[in-house]
Amino acid sequence: MSAPLVALRGLTVDFENGGRMSRAVDGVDLEIAPGEALGIVGESGSGKSVTWLAALGLLPAKARVAGSVRLEKQELIGVPARVLEDVRGKRIAMIFQDPSSCLNPVHRIGWQLVEALRLHRGLHGKAAEAEALRLLDQVGIADARRRLQDYPHLLSGGLNQRVMIAMALAGQPDLLVADEPTTALDATIQAQILALLGSTRRDTGMALILISHDLGVVAENVDRVAVMYAGRLVEEAPGTDLFGAARHPYTQGLLAALPSLIGPRRRLAAIPGTVPDPWNVPAGCRFAPRCPVAEMRCTNVPPPARSVGFRHVATCHRQVEAGYSVWSLPQALPQAAE
Amino acid sequence: MLTFVISRLLRAGLTILFVMTFAFIVLRLSGDPALLIMSVDAPPEAVAAFREAWGLNRPIWEQYFSYIGHAFTGDFGKSMRDGRPAIDLVMERVPATLAITMPALALKIGLGIPAGIYAALHRNSMADRLTMAASVAGFTMPSFVLALLLVLVFAVQLGWLPASGSGSLDHAILPIITLGTGGAAIMARFTRSAMLEVLGQPYIRAASAKGVNWHRVVSRHALPNAAIPTVTIVGFMVGSLVAGAVVVESVFAWPGIGRLLVSAVANRDLAVVQAILMVIATWMVAANFTVDLAYGWLDPRVRNATAH
Ligand SMILES: Nc1ncnc2c1ncn2[C@@H]1O[C@H](COP(=O)(O)OP(=O)(O)OP(=O)(O)O)[C@@H](O)[C@H]1O
Ligand SMILES: [Mg+2]
Repeated sequence: MSAPLVALRGLTVDFENGGRMSRAVDGVDLEIAPGEALGIVGESGSGKSVTWLAALGLLPAKARVAGSVRLEKQELIGVPARVLEDVRGKRIAMIFQDPSSCLNPVHRIGWQLVEALRLHRGLHGKAAEAEALRLLDQVGIADARRRLQDYPHLLSGGLNQRVMIAMALAGQPDLLVADEPTTALDATIQAQILALLGSTRRDTGMALILISHDLGVVAENVDRVAVMYAGRLVEEAPGTDLFGAARHPYTQGLLAALPSLIGPRRRLAAIPGTVPDPWNVPAGCRFAPRCPVAEMRCTNVPPPARSVGFRHVATCHRQVEAGYSVWSLPQALPQAAE
Repeated sequence: MLTFVISRLLRAGLTILFVMTFAFIVLRLSGDPALLIMSVDAPPEAVAAFREAWGLNRPIWEQYFSYIGHAFTGDFGKSMRDGRPAIDLVMERVPATLAITMPALALKIGLGIPAGIYAALHRNSMADRLTMAASVAGFTMPSFVLALLLVLVFAVQLGWLPASGSGSLDHAILPIITLGTGGAAIMARFTRSAMLEVLGQPYIRAASAKGVNWHRVVSRHALPNAAIPTVTIVGFMVGSLVAGAVVVESVFAWPGIGRLLVSAVANRDLAVVQAILMVIATWMVAANFTVDLAYGWLDPRVRNATAH
């Protein structure tokens, strides 16, 4: 196996809110290989965004970040701003959920693209404009020359996300972190943007992290999936394994909540209960209060990360067998109904 | 764009007409100018002659239309006190008023905006708290109180500056500081909150994620956006410059429009009061008009909305 492109080790993020510390990310270990596509899923508030914002030093000053993030040999936590500025956009680019509000409303699309090109590739004038046109073309924007002159508010959300992707590609990054890039878009546009991300990755060889709360979105677009719950990684596996043989009750719950396209229609069972507040997490497994197979030790002792297959890790005391969902147990469903 | 300008100009004209009408009605309702301006025991023939001379014996609506009609040609009547054209009396006071209000405006903008930006960029720091505390003090204090305080300290106690009057540069300093302080405080608060609002926007984080350094994020991404709401408040300040000078000019006996207004009101010099109100209204309307144009220039979203 090749050396990882980016490696997170014990990444921990605390927010100080009015004197109260709350832990949004708790000791995350994760690696991504060059060119790999990694999906990160989890309910809202599980720490998916904060993990990657922390890695790039993009959190507000009140956030306390500990642990390590390495880009190849370069440590990114606790380094001077100058070092991070050289990494952002050039080595690791990031795009966000609401593309229309991520573009500056007072600058033309062309201006914003050229800014990135000047920054990362040293292009100016005609050369920068030509490259900007090429990038817009690459992300499938018709009439690129006119779009360069447009302001973001004149473009649809889907077009703006394409512009964001073009801007991310301007730095020819080794890794693109796409944080829910399609959540704000409607279904057909969503599929187009995901297809664009996939094809761009194949063409450029960059690695991709696709963050989503929707396992379905992640399923078709990545090689490997990491599942986060309440600031921790609970399961990590190659995509096919995860869908066929999820071992963590939380992952199984997410899968059970997916509408199935084949077979008989099932009732969609959302996982009962809610994510614990970051300032009030259980001592043991954070999922224990919602877990249908939780035992005493689950409540009290944090579970270890355990290898359960080839590159498949689950952080759970209960060694649930592959292919057997805890949510199909008779006692799981009445609970779900309450 | 042209229709936009024309509609704004029309609206500006209507506003001025409205102010003139309002001033006319209020001034006529508040008493008979002939009786007020002559002494109480003046002989009736003298009062009648005064009315005749100033056209006050004509029907009120006739007076109104003749007033508006003349105003259109730049004629605001003659001062009832010294018989000179009212507008000349007003215009010769304009330079004195500008001599203290313009430096005061520069102070408001030059001090308030940088202080607000600095406070926003160093939110919750000592400097931010100090700036905000100073700005609360600055805008809660009425200008005449500040004026008296300044006089007490710099004129009476230290004897550095004259307490009132005009004629030298020194005379202008205290009025300028009095006028500028409150405005600078408002400017600082407003700029700070505009800047904080912008710094919290997703495009700021996106610009950082793109690799833009913080200095450039602030200067090229945040400031142009924060300028949009800030322009409103600058326009408001420019608009209220002349009106705002009334109190300060009176306290410091500064011979500007504000002091003329106070004495004209006290003397029931109708034509002069009306001319001053007209000048103030025109000034405000012009300031608003400029703000609207600046908005279109700064904000592409507004520009496109008005173009269609
Ligand atoms: N700036 C902040 N200040 C304080 N707490 C924060 C801040 N940003 C995030 N958090 C907290 O960190 C936790 C994780 O948030 P995060 O945005 O990473 O969730 P997420 O998994 O990305 O969810 P979503 O699907 O809603 O984007 C949440 O509990 C959130 O309240
Ligand atoms: Mg998120």
